[in-house]
Amino acid sequence: MSLSRTEPAPSGAAAPSRARGRSGRRRIWTPSRAAVNTLLLVVSFYTFFPLVWTVFAGAKTAGAVQTGDVLSLRNFNIVGNLRLLWSFQDGIYGRWFLNSLLYAGVGAGVGALICVAAGYAFDKYEFPGKERLFGLVLLGVLVPSAATTLPLYLLAAKAGLVNTYFAVLIPSLVNPFGVYLARVFSAGYVPNETLEAGRIDGASELAMFVKLGLPMLRSGYTTILLFQFSAIWNGFFLALVMLTDQHLFPVSLGIYELNTSLSSEGPALLPVVMLGSVVAILPLVVIFISLQRFWRAGLTAGSVK
Amino acid sequence: MYRYGTETTVRLINRRASAVGAAPVTAGVTVRRGTGAALLLMAPFFAVFALAVLAPIGYAIYLSQFAQRASGLGFGGLHSVWVGLDNYRRVLTDSTYTSSYLHVLLYAVVAVPLVLGLSVVIALALDSAYAFGRRAAQLGLFVPHLVPGVIAALIWAYLYTPQVSPVVKALSSWHVHIEPLGPGFTYPSLINVVLWESLGYNIVIYYASLQAIPREMAEAAVVDGAGEWRTAWHIKLPLIRSAVALTAIFSAIGAMQLFAEPLLLSTAGSTGISQDWTPNLYAYTAAFTRNNDYGAAAAASIILAALAAGLSYVVTRFGKPWRQA
Repeated sequence: MSLSRTEPAPSGAAAPSRARGRSGRRRIWTPSRAAVNTLLLVVSFYTFFPLVWTVFAGAKTAGAVQTGDVLSLRNFNIVGNLRLLWSFQDGIYGRWFLNSLLYAGVGAGVGALICVAAGYAFDKYEFPGKERLFGLVLLGVLVPSAATTLPLYLLAAKAGLVNTYFAVLIPSLVNPFGVYLARVFSAGYVPNETLEAGRIDGASELAMFVKLGLPMLRSGYTTILLFQFSAIWNGFFLALVMLTDQHLFPVSLGIYELNTSLSSEGPALLPVVMLGSVVAILPLVVIFISLQRFWRAGLTAGSVK
Repeated sequence: MYRYGTETTVRLINRRASAVGAAPVTAGVTVRRGTGAALLLMAPFFAVFALAVLAPIGYAIYLSQFAQRASGLGFGGLHSVWVGLDNYRRVLTDSTYTSSYLHVLLYAVVAVPLVLGLSVVIALALDSAYAFGRRAAQLGLFVPHLVPGVIAALIWAYLYTPQVSPVVKALSSWHVHIEPLGPGFTYPSLINVVLWESLGYNIVIYYASLQAIPREMAEAAVVDGAGEWRTAWHIKLPLIRSAVALTAIFSAIGAMQLFAEPLLLSTAGSTGISQDWTPNLYAYTAAFTRNNDYGAAAAASIILAALAAGLSYVVTRFGKPWRQA
């Protein structure tokens, strides 16, 4: 098994380790170097322009945004916009934000633990029908959740669960790919000898998972959690289908509904849409930058040979 | 790489794609005891899995065989009648439904090669000896992936609106007149949103696979006199082939699930996108706008699920890119 390291590589180690360490030498401008860096510059501009525009729009008056006066130094109304964002409709934006934190935090926190437990069990135990059961997990990866969301709604409607926190929270716990990933991580990070030693010492199987397996799988858990968190935070369709009470909305659905209402209600809340979008993006950016070694580990899991 | 509708699976699949070259899960040395503990550890997952995946599919298969009919004389209101496969026949002969697949097919034929091709080129550029600021670029280019799909589409919808957008204004001052929300720009506008969302994500995946190439290989090519460009084309590109193939497959499956982006562009006034423009939008509209036609919505969902699962099964089974390094 390839994942023999106990921790993902520290972020600095990945990039410059190759034979490209020419940065010490003086850089000579060649057509190739110019072409490559021009390309990267253009791509960076394309990536950041919409983001910069949104940050500016969130700091401007509604009129300025509407007349296209966004990328200038006039008509700023940052304090007013912030006040509006936190106060409109009795502070419903804050509620949406907390709802998103609840859905993504609980969904990913518990969901990743469920995945790690299942993945560990798939890796460490042998029982009849195991691979068939694992095939069921892989089927869950193959069937797009877009196709199961409407049926899920129909079922939830039958069970009277529509328009509750559970309607979004329970489906968010399911992450079949997380189970696959946890199995790979378990095979790489938890040596079978450790468990053998535990058994000789008379530990029960469950105690070994909690005391031996789980600590060794901590970084795998964080990786799965990180990706599940961002998937739930960015989720939209499930909430759109399940919720009509706006007190239960996550922030993405709230902004969508608010933006849709602008055409009939007028542009007074346009700054809320813009600033609200910026604020909704921030948590993920902060989390991903501070935990970047984990998402790199997630993206490259397995390609480490 | 795409984030439509329900993001979770798409991302899961994509992350699976990123685990390219992942050694297939192997049992290793395992111990034939503690089956009870194993089942106990798996129980929570399979409980929620049954509740949120298996049960809905089963219920949808059941529902898809019923239709609401007015009872005789119309006094008793609506009641459910078993209609067998009639809902499937109804949906499959509905030209709106079939053309929704045509839309995503046309979209995918352009978008997938475009997004992946650009990502490969940029990842190779980033991996070349010429690039400055690799780490910052890698981190920065990933940011659009952290923007919820709806919000990304919302931002672009404003950037497509003529009075608001600095882009449209700048272009028209150079006498290039575009109308991104007009009928002629449906596909380019939609593809641009998805390109913006997914470019950096794919770049990071490819860059990671490039970094995993043993440095001796690239060095050997250089010793043999190959320049950066030839090394990139003849050595590096073939080595990340399977990563590219997998992201292509899952992008195509992602295309089948398009939802949030076309929905938002359509509410923003894009004239070319109807309420049932993609299969997913069709099912949504059938369930919520068209008289709660749950039978048709269930049938449409089942067809979509079967097609997507079938496609990815065939590809992973026979394409085998997932087993290659």
